[in-house]
Amino acid sequence: MATIVSPLPGIFYRKPGPGKPPFANEGDTIEIGQTLGIVEIMKQFTEIQSDVAGVLESFEVNEGDMVNPGDAIVVIREGEL
Amino acid sequence: MKKLLIANRGEIAVRVARTAREMGIETVLVASEPDANSLAARTADIVVVVGPAPAPASYLNQDAIISAALDSGCDAVHPGYGFLSENSAFARKVADAGLTWVGPDADAIEMMGNKSMARESARKAGVPVLRGSDGPLDPGADAIEVARGIGYPLVVKASAGGGGRGIRFVNSEDELLKTIETARGEAASVFGDPTVYLERFVQHARHVEVQILGDGTSFIHLGDRDCSMQRRSQKVIEEAPAPDLPDAVRRRIRESSVELARECGYSGAGTVEFLYDPINHEAAFIEMNTRIQVEHPITEQITGIDLVREQLLIASTGAMSIRQDDVHFSGHAIECRINAEDPEHNFFPSPGLITAMEWPSGTGIRVDTGVEAGSVVSPYYDSLLAKLIVHAPDRETAIAAMLTALDGTHIKGVKTTIPVHKTLLARPEFAAVTHHSKFLETADLLEAK
Repeated sequence: MATIVSPLPGIFYRKPGPGKPPFANEGDTIEIGQTLGIVEIMKQFTEIQSDVAGVLESFEVNEGDMVNPGDAIVVIREGEL
Repeated sequence: MKKLLIANRGEIAVRVARTAREMGIETVLVASEPDANSLAARTADIVVVVGPAPAPASYLNQDAIISAALDSGCDAVHPGYGFLSENSAFARKVADAGLTWVGPDADAIEMMGNKSMARESARKAGVPVLRGSDGPLDPGADAIEVARGIGYPLVVKASAGGGGRGIRFVNSEDELLKTIETARGEAASVFGDPTVYLERFVQHARHVEVQILGDGTSFIHLGDRDCSMQRRSQKVIEEAPAPDLPDAVRRRIRESSVELARECGYSGAGTVEFLYDPINHEAAFIEMNTRIQVEHPITEQITGIDLVREQLLIASTGAMSIRQDDVHFSGHAIECRINAEDPEHNFFPSPGLITAMEWPSGTGIRVDTGVEAGSVVSPYYDSLLAKLIVHAPDRETAIAAMLTALDGTHIKGVKTTIPVHKTLLARPEFAAVTHHSKFLETADLLEAK
């Protein structure tokens, strides 16, 4: 299992905008560099990308939650798909 | 107008409440939960908490804000800048609820919000515009032919964009069609409208703008400002009047801005923004903002006119208190926007607790702040903390006065852009007015420090 953490503080969003589908869902096949969500801080947006390939096991934070640097965002089951 | 609801936060909420109080108008501030004890909240007579921290649940929550206004017995709504200030649907809802909207009517907001329509009405009013596609680029049109008539480099702009968003550069013909396609897709997904238009791109352009006031019957200007010191299309330092502008250009932008206001029967405060090409001495329309601007204090300092007071008078009585003959300009004013950002880490936002705060004092110094020692800078909102404004007899003295004022400004607990202001104001390019709207991004300022 690999944990993708937030490198920065801010508000976590799974969707690129209101009414849009999420970047990724539980059970999705994830590639290296794929966007999993965004963290907004003071109107600046940073994409959270996966640094591993595998299957998205779980989200560790909810839409709109406050995150701190190092907080787990997503758990990914690595390897064979 | 007896009771005014302020639908905003931070320094502009404090600013509006101050003038309302001077005019004997009671104020009701809407606040998000973490803002319930803010400086703005303590400045207003009454605070209504309308929702949790995220702006969509509080400062953008239209129904909650209108309910707060009605429940607290307000008769008017001032939207400040940002948030709902240029939302025509909200302006309409406010009016439909029987409340006075402090700003131009919804139709004017809507028209100016559509950038290709705004450009067309500017052109009709005699405002100089850049060579472009004269309205939206027809999806069936021969874009290459249209672009040849404009010349390169050019920009593809989203009609629904604005404020520096939804713009793509095209350097040469071979990039054109692909860029238009990308821009249309982007505009459709970001703004919900794929309409784009083409416009000539001016290298090293300065940003100048004209402050106008209208009450539906008379229309005046309060002079110009220069806001060329920007970072990623966000203004950093503003000054009034605009320096080093030929008389003919200054006259043309002022007079045509008044004509544009007249053309739309404008009612309220507004700003007509221009690109100024210092090589060819030409100004061209960018957009019109239908609200009070962040940088309005520098115009107030050189004219002695309270713009918020005029906004409230226009909204409540239908008439402003001044005529063009009453507007006189004195000296030079500069404003520095002090943001909670870390200049040493690429201007990364710096939220947190402000542990200490000290402002300068002296002749010609004005501080418009939304925070104080003990305030928590929230990650949920933009990074503007305060504006430091100086007014002096001339530009050179104003620059020196601002540098001294910045030396007397101390904010602890969060990183701020104060060091950047010191660097920029001391640059020879700023003194010589050879800076432009991309200067800050290209000048390698931190290296030079």
